[in-house]
Amino acid sequence: MMLHLVNLLTAILLLLGAGFALVGSIGLARLPDIFTRLHGPTKASTLGVGAILLASILFFSAREGLTLHEFLVSLFLFLSAPVSAHLIARAAIHRRCKSICGAPEDP
Amino acid sequence: MLNAVVLIALTMLSVALLLNAWRLFRGPDATDRILALDTLYINAAAVIVLYGIHTGRSDFFEAALLIALLGFVSTMALAKFLLRGDIIE
Repeated sequence: MMLHLVNLLTAILLLLGAGFALVGSIGLARLPDIFTRLHGPTKASTLGVGAILLASILFFSAREGLTLHEFLVSLFLFLSAPVSAHLIARAAIHRRCKSICGAPEDP
Repeated sequence: MLNAVVLIALTMLSVALLLNAWRLFRGPDATDRILALDTLYINAAAVIVLYGIHTGRSDFFEAALLIALLGFVSTMALAKFLLRGDIIE
């Protein structure tokens, strides 16, 4: 009974996470310029991978006792995603990439 | 039931990986390609975690951690190179 509940929760979290990752990638492929493209994957992917890692924690904790080491991956992703997004945005401004709001101003 | 859901999630992530690869080849600017590569790394880590659930072995997470780490370092190095023309000044 308990294992069924855990399996159901794991399945919901997996679908949620994969859906978020897919939406982020569709945003990356479909949006018009680099600054809007940056918006999709940096938020959706971290949340998607976070949900998948939560599902993995649930799945293995129910079978092999409490395991929390997947939190390391999600913690690292949550810390590193804003930093890399910031650097990519700065590089895009530096290279004067085309924006749908006209040319970017000097930083 | 869980097995079918894992396979569905793997399919969705494969479509996401294909979309990222499309942006990686097409991207008009180098920054687009860096962003696509970064997303590709993160999605690959998710695929490896999913594969770990599929096989029921818990030692796949180390590979996911390693991939996430390498993705961050390479994204930072590439963006830094575009910004400064050099990685370590």
